[in-house]
Formats: sequence, C-alpha cells, structure tokens
Amino acid sequence: MSDHFIDPFIAQLPALQILIPLLAAPLCVILHHRRTAWVLAMIASYCSLAIALLLLQQTSDGTVISYAMGNWAPPWGIEYRIDILSAFVLVIVSMVSSITLPYALRSLEKEVYDNKLYLLYAGWLVVLTGLLGMTITGDAFNVFVFLEISSLASYLIIALNRDRRALTAAFQYLLLGTVGASFILLGIGLLYQMTGTLNMADLAQRLPLVSHASGVRTAFAFLIVGLGIKAAIFPMHSWLAGAYRFAPSAVTVFLAGSATKVSIYLLLRFIYSIYGSELAFEQLHLSSILLPLALLSIVIPSMVAINQKSFKRLLAFSSISQIGYMVLGIAINNQAALSATILHLFNHAIIKAALFMSMGAVFYQISGHRIKSLAGLGHLMPFTFAAFILAGLSLIGVPLTAGFISKWYLVIGALNAGWWPVAALILFSSLLAVAYIWKIVEAAYFKPPLSPNTTGAIKEAPLSMLLPLYLLVTANIYFGLNTQWSVGTASKAAAMLLGGGQ
Amino acid sequence: MIFNPSLALSLPLLIPFLGAIGLRLFSRQPSLREGTSFVTAFALLLSVLNIIPLANNSPTVVLAQPFPDIAIALKLEPLGLLFALVASSLWILTTQYAIGYMRGNNEKHQTRFFICFAISIGATMGIALSANMLSLFVFYELLTFATYPLVTHKGDSRAQHGGRIYLGILLTTSVLFLLPALIWTYIATGTTDFVAGGILQEPLAGSALGSSIGSPSALALLFTLYMFGIGKAALMPFHRWLPNAMVAPTPVSALLHAVAVVKAGVFSVLKVAIYIFGLDLLSQGNITDFVMWVAAFTILLSSFIALRQDNLKARLAYSTISQLSYVTLGVTMANSMGLMGGAMQIPMHAFGKITLFFCAGAIYTATHKSHISSMDGLGRKMPITYAAFFIGSLSIIGLPPLGGSWVKWYLMLGAVDAEQLILIGVLLGSSLLNIAYLMPIVIRGFFMPLQDPQDDGRIAEAPINCVMPLALTALCSLILFFGAEPIYQLIMPILEHHSG
Repeated sequence: MSDHFIDPFIAQLPALQILIPLLAAPLCVILHHRRTAWVLAMIASYCSLAIALLLLQQTSDGTVISYAMGNWAPPWGIEYRIDILSAFVLVIVSMVSSITLPYALRSLEKEVYDNKLYLLYAGWLVVLTGLLGMTITGDAFNVFVFLEISSLASYLIIALNRDRRALTAAFQYLLLGTVGASFILLGIGLLYQMTGTLNMADLAQRLPLVSHASGVRTAFAFLIVGLGIKAAIFPMHSWLAGAYRFAPSAVTVFLAGSATKVSIYLLLRFIYSIYGSELAFEQLHLSSILLPLALLSIVIPSMVAINQKSFKRLLAFSSISQIGYMVLGIAINNQAALSATILHLFNHAIIKAALFMSMGAVFYQISGHRIKSLAGLGHLMPFTFAAFILAGLSLIGVPLTAGFISKWYLVIGALNAGWWPVAALILFSSLLAVAYIWKIVEAAYFKPPLSPNTTGAIKEAPLSMLLPLYLLVTANIYFGLNTQWSVGTASKAAAMLLGGGQ
Repeated sequence: MIFNPSLALSLPLLIPFLGAIGLRLFSRQPSLREGTSFVTAFALLLSVLNIIPLANNSPTVVLAQPFPDIAIALKLEPLGLLFALVASSLWILTTQYAIGYMRGNNEKHQTRFFICFAISIGATMGIALSANMLSLFVFYELLTFATYPLVTHKGDSRAQHGGRIYLGILLTTSVLFLLPALIWTYIATGTTDFVAGGILQEPLAGSALGSSIGSPSALALLFTLYMFGIGKAALMPFHRWLPNAMVAPTPVSALLHAVAVVKAGVFSVLKVAIYIFGLDLLSQGNITDFVMWVAAFTILLSSFIALRQDNLKARLAYSTISQLSYVTLGVTMANSMGLMGGAMQIPMHAFGKITLFFCAGAIYTATHKSHISSMDGLGRKMPITYAAFFIGSLSIIGLPPLGGSWVKWYLMLGAVDAEQLILIGVLLGSSLLNIAYLMPIVIRGFFMPLQDPQDDGRIAEAPINCVMPLALTALCSLILFFGAEPIYQLIMPILEHHSG
C-alpha cells in the first residue's frame, strides 16, 4: 500500500464529493424500493461525509485545493475550489444528512406514503448534491446551477408529506425560492457582463478594476437580496416557516441544519472572496445594510416565536432569528465576530437539528404539532424532552453548551467593534429564546395530559430516533467544552476571509 | 489523606455527580437510593475535609478548555474552602431532613428530586472551587437550572408561576449584567482568573477597552453590573425570586436559603470583590457608593416587609434577603473588616437560618400550621423546636454568645473604618427589626395560650429526623461563637494581601 494507490483517489475527492450522491439519486429511482433507497442514501451520505472530512483535513493548514472539472483548466472550465471554509461547510452539510438519515427511516415511514418513499430518498440525495455543489464550486454560474438543483429537489421532498397543506407550503417556497434564484442569476449575469468571467478567483481579480461601474453595485444588490431570500433573513423569511412546518419531520431536520447554512456560506463567499471586504464594506457600506437587517432578524422572529401555537413553526421562527446572529457577525466584520458567524453555521446546525429531531419524535407519537397537545408528555417521553431541554439550553446559549461559545465570540466581536448596544441586544435576545423554549418545557411538564385515554398509547420514541438525537445532544455539550476543532476551524476560516480571500 | 492534589481537588465536584448516577440506578429501591444519598453526602464532606491542607498552595485543575485563554478550572483558596465546608456539612443534615420530609409527605418524583439535589450541591462545590470567573459563571448557571426542577417540584400552576419568576430573574440578571461584566473584565484584562489583590488594576495596554476600565466611573459601572448580575445575592430590586421560590418543598427552601443558592450568590460577591477588583482598587474613589446605599436600603426595607408577613416561611425569606445584603454591604465598605464581616456571614447565617427553616418545617410537620398568628402556645408543646428557634433567632439578630454576633461586630468595625457612621445606624436598626420580627414568634409560642384547647393533647414534637438536625444546627450556632477564631485566621491573609 503506497501513495501510488491512494494519491489518484485523493486527487479525485472533489469530484467524488458531488458524483456519489448525484449518481446514487437516479439509482434510487431505478431500484424503486423504499428500504433499498434508504440504504443507498445512507451509503452515499456517509461517503460524502468521509470525503468532506478528508478535504477538511487537507485544507486545514491553509491549502487551497483547485480541481479542474473534466480537465478543462480554469478560468474556462468549471473549477472546484476548496479552502478551509468550504470544506467546513461540506462537513456540516454531509454530517447533518448522515445523522438525520438513520432518524428518517421510521419518521418518514409514518409521514410519507410508502410508494413515494423511494422518490423522497432520491430527492434527498439531489438536495444533498446541490448543497455540496454550491459549496464546493469555484464558478459563479455553477453556483446557480447547483442552487436550482437543490431548490427544485427540496420543493419535491417538502411536498411529499401526506399532509396536503405541504403542497401550498412547497409552492410558496417555490415562488420565493425562484425569485431569490433569479436575483442571484441576475447578479451573476451582471458580473459576467462587467468582467467577462465566471470563475470566482478570476472575478476577484477583475472586479476591483471596474469597481466604480454601476453594474458592479447593481449586481451586489441583486446578490445580497437573492441570497437573503434563500437564507431567510428578515424580512425575506416568509417561505421558511411554512416550509419547515409542513415538510416531513426528517426533511425539516435536514433542511434546517443545512440549506440556510449554505446560503450564508455563499453570502460570505460573494462578499469576502469575490467582492473583497474593502469593496463591500468601505465602498458599498455593507455593514449599514446588514446591521439593521440582522438586528431585526434576531429580535422580531424571536418575539413571533414566543406567540406560536405550533412547535414546528416556533422552531422555524427561532431558526430565522439564529440566522440573524450569523448575518450580524458579517455586519460587525471583525475576526471574533466573523469566527462566530462561521462557528454558528456548525453550532446552529447541531442545535437546531437536535431540536427539530426531538419535536419530530413527538410528532411521530402524537401526530400533531400544537404546543397544547404537548401537555403532560414530559413524563411520558422523558428522554425526548430531556434532549429537547439540553438542546434548548444550547440554543439559549447557556454555558457548557455549543451555543454559549457562538454567543461569546459574537459578543466579543461586537464589543471589540465598540458596538455596546449591539452586544446588549445579543444578550437580551437570549432571554427571548428562554421564553419560547420554556413555553414548550412548561407545556410538557406542568400541564396535565389532555385526555387520560390517549396517554396510555403514547410511549417514548423508538431507539432509531433517540440515538441520532442523543448523538447531537452530546455534540452540543462536547463542542461547548472542547472547542479546539470547531473554533479552531472557524477562526482560521475567518482569518482567511479577512486576510483578502482566496 | 491526600493522594494526588489534583484528584483530591476534583473529588468534591465529582462525588455529587457520581452520587446522582447512583441515585438513578437505585430509583426503584428507595432504601438503597436514600442510602446512596447519605453515602454521597458523607463522602463529600470527607473529600472537602481532605483538601483543607491545600487551602494556601492549591494546584489548578483544568476541567475543560472552551477558549484558548480561559479554562474551566478548579483552584482552592481559603474563602472557597470555608464555603465548601459549610455547604458540605449542612448538606448531610439537609439530606436527612429531606428524606424524612419527602417520605413523610409522600411526595412524587422522589428520585428526580434527590438527583437534582445532588447536582445542585455539585454545582455549589464547583462555584466554591472555581479558579476563575468564567468557571464560576458556568457553575452558577448550572445551579440555577439544577434547582429549577426542585423549586417547581409540585408541578402545579403555582409551582409553574414561582418557577417562572425564579428562572426569569436569575437568568435575566446573570445574562444581562453578570455575563457582560465578565466579558468586559476579560476584554479589559485578558483574563478572568481569581488573583489575590485583583486583576483589574492592570488592564491590558493598547486595547481600547483596556483603557476604558481606567476611570472610576467605568469601574463603578462594572462593579454595579457585577453586584446586580449576581442575582442569587438578592439585592433589591432583583429579590423577588426568593419569596416566590417558597412554593418548593421545605428541604429545598433550606437548601436554597442556607446551603447552596443564596450562599453561592454572596460568595460570588465576595470573590468578585477580593479577587477581581481587589481591596486597593475598591477603596479608591466612590466605586462602591451606589451599591452600598442599595444594600443598606435592601437590609431595612426587606426587614420591614418581613415584619408584615404572617406566613412563617415568607417572613424567613424576607429575613434572608435582608441578611444577604449584609455581605454586599460589607463588600462595599471596601476594607478588611467589612469583608471579614461579609465572609463570617456565610457560616453564621447558614447555621442560623437553616435552624429557623428546619423549625418552620418541624412545626408544619407536627401541626400543619404555617401562619404565625395560629402558632400561639406551641412552644410549650414543642420545647426543643422552639428553643432551637430562639437560639437561631438570637444568632440572626447578632447577640452573643452566638455566631451571628461576630458578623455585626466586624461589619460595624468596617463601617467605622470606612467612615460611614450612618451604616452603624443601619446595622443597629436592622438588629432591632430582627428582634421585632423574630422574637414575637418565640414569645407567642411560650407565653400565649393555645388557640384551640383540643390541641393540648394532640401536639407534640415533630419526628426525630426533623428535630435532630435542627437541634444540631442550633448547637453549631452556639459553637461558632467560640469557634470563630479559626475562621478569622483562615480568611484574614487573603484580605491583607496587597492592602498592607
């Protein structure tokens, strides 16, 4: 066994990262069997995770891997370009998919018609392909292609829920998603018009030369708004609550942990790697646009969450407010705050996936998502609710959890920038999170069960759902105690972005 | 008995958590479960006694490293030793009392109760042994969440309401005031370590926030953030969680008021004063003035409120609020005598107040009475309980020969040193108010006739596992008067550091 054998394989990793899930998807359709489709999805997802981890390992010292797709040299061909940031996001996306799939098996069998399940797993893999593709590619137009791939597939897997309201939710998502994608396409088209290139690295070199052209500014506006819609930044968030609420539980877990994260990643990529922080922040005054959006995103959806009657919608609004934290880190634009943004991509993925998983386990047992119907369940499903509380504490940002680490760096970033009121607002918003998380805790523990007849039927969730849930909960605590890997990677990535990009 | 200093230092933190696991394993065998509680309590006391020799030359034990430059770490120092000793020794008695109470009242979810009890004491040990402010904050929040299920144990709507206020106030103050103060300290000095003489005297050069800490008004703001941020010290107007936590079972009240929660609060206040600010810095300018008046106001106002409470537990709760501010007041005097008074208050008030709570619980267990107006004549029927109550009251009032008198003595010396003679008036007024709200209970008990003559034959002392702990704690209050010298010797070196 020597490098002769391994090296060619290692060299092809970037292509395999996309090809494996992409090829597994049609295979699921051809085989047309739900369990086989699930096994294929598992294999493809875990292979993706392994590849992503290998890529992260290769890039963690600052190396940038450039892979010419089909051997067409960039900037003419499509380049896959992997640095520590994209590798980190690849790991997040494939990790969320890999942890959620074992959970999905039982959950989806209950929420999706059996004869549609194979389609769902195929769609799942296409979403995964699209998300990984957006992250890995170094070509701006390719971003749009993968964005459309993942979006179209995600409309499908949302709409596959037995609950027919999922259709309207998916349709609303489709409309807004298309608007967002069109804006991004317009932005990319304008960039091409101004510079004559679509390769990101190339764009980064040519843009400063034409930075005063109005097309560059217009493109920037289109890109920010388009990505803002896809990332569900307030007030462009309205698609998210419906989509998350009516999607099958496991799909919600997967999308909540990955889709919006990739949009934030693209925002980072376009701002720092293509436009560059000087152009974006000093000439285009990005902070003054993002800061109010971020603050509104943090506060208003949190307040809306407090008043929700459905626990899935409550968590969806909580997601929007958490995205606000990530945008805030970009608006503050210093090392600590940007590290917090990148770190929160990961931390929020494990927090929100755990929260949606525990509530999905409840849905599995009671087939409803009204907070009222949680009454008395704390004692009937003790493990599920214990996990919910622990993940909830992480969301709030209680010390010893991953969420605390993100908040810590964000507050330090705000203070280093001299933005005292912003720091105070971040801390205040944690209290709003307490209010909506505790709403569920109180419903589960302090209210008597709705009808004594049904309580006999409600048991703890199956082990195949509890194990992935507890894996995530453990991760929440582990990454609150040992942050060498998570913070280390995030701060290296932030330093890379602030140090001039590529 | 110390084998390995690092291991010895970790044991007081580990034992309660191991105990909690044991409790879970024996959840279906009550006798084994209760046995585990006792074994854990005794093992904890032994492990604390074991680390006494480390008080002045403790190693630092790093538990976790969430940030490159701040660890969650343990390090023993004299004040922490004092607090750990008080908490672990009282925990044994509280455990005995709790087992009697929970069994006697057929409470539900006893396993959960004792697990949370154990985690609470574990968090308390973590606070006592914390090597830096971040670690203290971590264990402080852990204590809040571990005691929440205890406060809301009954699970009804009153418990839910009390729990909301409990969690709401403690979290709000800690997140909005304590955490910013902690982060400010960290940014300004680059550390949160507890260092004798304080860390704020040498702010980081070059950093904008490092220089911001230089002005007295910034320091005063930081000090105020800390004092209000430590909501467990119950400074007004953030005191309401304490009376609202009274919905909890009585052993929890004893735990909250005497052993863990409020003492963790005032202990944190002392730690911040001694090891973050340092006496030299505190005594400069008017850094502490604002908080001093708030503390004085809290002492007097909550005593007045206590006077008007007919429910015995509520009266004791307001008394606790007033007594806690003694510590804060001592800190704001910013001299070694004031701080000595504050430090002395930890053991003295702990033993005095736990006696009073045990008595309240014993009276309730024996007679099912919770209002003072209905307790006439009970003293003659329950002489041991009432004698203990009398002793506990005298200690709270601060009369010799009881431990509490030292607190008043040092606080008054501190007031003289600080040239704040009006504080002597506050302390004297508080003592008079203490007499006014505690003594009538004893007088009614011994000298008024029984309200219901039929009670004559029915009422007797509470069961032995209620009476024994309260007799012991009353005795300890007496012993502490004569045994205050070692405490003085233990604490004085850390107060004299840098000030001489």
